[in-house]
Amino acid sequence: MSVQIWTYVLVAVSFAIYIGIAIWSRAGSTKEFYVAGGGVSPLANGMATAADWMSAASFISMAGIISFMGYDGAVYLMGWTGGYVLLALLLAPYLRKFGKFTVPDFIGDRYYSATARTVAVLCALLVSFTYVAGQMRGVGVVFSRFLEVDINTGVVIGMVIVLFYAVLGGMKGITYTQVAQYCVLIFAFMVPAIFISIQMTGNPVPQLGMGDTLADGSGTYLLDKLNGLSEELGFAKYTDGTKSMIDVFAITLALMVGTAGLPHVIVRFFTVPKVKDARKSAGLALLFIAILYTTAPAVSAFARTNLIETVSDREYTEMPEWFTNWEATGLLTFTDKNADGRIQYLADEQANELQIDNDIMVLANPEIARLPNWVVALVAAGGLAAALSTAAGLLLVISTSVAHDLIKKQIKPDMSDKTELWIARGSAALAVIVAGYFGINPPGFVAAVVALAFGLAAASFFPAIILGIFYKRMNKEGAVSGMIVGILFMLFYMMKFKFAMFGGGGEEDWWFGISPEGFGMVAMIVNFIVALVVNSFTPEPPAEVQEIVENIRIPGGAGDAVSH
Amino acid sequence: MTSKQRATAYWKENIKYLCILLSIWFLVSYGAGIVFKDLLNHIHIGGFELGFWFAQQGAIYVFVILIFVYIRLMNKLDKKYGYDK
Repeated sequence: MSVQIWTYVLVAVSFAIYIGIAIWSRAGSTKEFYVAGGGVSPLANGMATAADWMSAASFISMAGIISFMGYDGAVYLMGWTGGYVLLALLLAPYLRKFGKFTVPDFIGDRYYSATARTVAVLCALLVSFTYVAGQMRGVGVVFSRFLEVDINTGVVIGMVIVLFYAVLGGMKGITYTQVAQYCVLIFAFMVPAIFISIQMTGNPVPQLGMGDTLADGSGTYLLDKLNGLSEELGFAKYTDGTKSMIDVFAITLALMVGTAGLPHVIVRFFTVPKVKDARKSAGLALLFIAILYTTAPAVSAFARTNLIETVSDREYTEMPEWFTNWEATGLLTFTDKNADGRIQYLADEQANELQIDNDIMVLANPEIARLPNWVVALVAAGGLAAALSTAAGLLLVISTSVAHDLIKKQIKPDMSDKTELWIARGSAALAVIVAGYFGINPPGFVAAVVALAFGLAAASFFPAIILGIFYKRMNKEGAVSGMIVGILFMLFYMMKFKFAMFGGGGEEDWWFGISPEGFGMVAMIVNFIVALVVNSFTPEPPAEVQEIVENIRIPGGAGDAVSH
Repeated sequence: MTSKQRATAYWKENIKYLCILLSIWFLVSYGAGIVFKDLLNHIHIGGFELGFWFAQQGAIYVFVILIFVYIRLMNKLDKKYGYDK
């Protein structure tokens, strides 16, 4: 069977499964809609969190980006996994014990203030919308490349699917579809990785293959070979990278803290029955994520070596079929600058003749390694699973923020559970349409902003939640001013250095040599300082709030999650 | 022990665990993977330079282990203070 037919079959089958699950697990109450009734098992929640977390960016782009960044790719690998340690140890158990539906719920109650709640809602919406637009785009890209439909049609198909199970099933539907999506995406990522690892090093475990000798009998280590090839072409050594140490440090920290502050991840820990389960599912989630995240750097190294060996200084006319296929999409371009008919792939911009998009590395990897057609098709289904699961999780946060945090808590507290459920469904539908619109008409800044969503989460939520749990005396004045100053500071730096506002500036103007991606670290520290200073000049929180804090610190009594 | 004393003692032990585990978290990622990476790269394990390995593989394994150790410690602590019911 051709790649095309295989892709149709695999995508159709996986979509049918998602829809089937959605119908089976529709939500009947707001509690089911927001937190799946609080009855999800830690294992299911771990898988769902992993799928929720691993977006199109993790699945499609990350390995490709790392293969061009070399060592520097560690910022993503450590940044997007280390945050789970913070989540498991500092946030998840306590927020579960607190036992409400959303992050703004916690901020609003802990800081006994409608202002605090509103600020939290706005931060949650800002973070989630920037993130979700990128996912819808990812869905469109996969559709257009593998099913050869128009990119916009792809976005619309994706919208309809997400709309169906997010609106119908709420958190309950999303949780169980995410479990299925995790299985699809991890299988789709591992199969080609294992094939390629065997091909290149003879070792079936990609994590070990990366440090193994090449299978060509030369006895050379793969990474030594790759370092040699990179230097020959004028690139930095693969295991060295080019970023400054302070920037690598800052980006890694911003991503870790941002991960721990992302509302769509935190809310997953409200869905399990007990505090104990919240801890356990954080551990399982990281385990499931780590399977992909330790394989990705191996895929990067394999793909990079493969690519250089296939194209560098070879005749253009002898290029394999995948080369011309991807040339047609415009993601791979060759200009024969010195007219010798050979491909010069070099670090030097003047002499380099080949431009390669990051995303190709994972998507084309099976073709480059000449793997069977069904493996190529599997990657398409995996990419869709990754994009859809994250989009659904984010849409739920948006709809909960609107229906629960804004309308129920602030505008119309006396409405019935049934009305609230319909409002939640309505706002989920609206959010899908808005996200779809941005997927079809991506504002130029989407790609830039997705990476920065972490900085925004780090600069706003993380300090407020941590202080709320670990510092009993923290009051509303401190927390609110910290959040506002933190997020504005982050937005300012982002706009200045990403969009050339407020006078703009280039890399040489960065403060302390820290890029906008890493600035979340600085903004978070500023948030902490402002919060603590303001707190010391303002009255301490009321006794009943201090009691809430004491209560969330101990796990007992969280079993009654059903009684909210 | 009153319930208040019990809660305070539990919290203290919990904080102690957090400090130890988070120090390890910091050392493997920011220490071995970033700040001391060049130093550790002089050591080779198979085809890996050690600092590079920590940054792209090792730190992640340690993260997973840390959370499971934490789960174990806390389950024991819950039992010790009778919060496991």
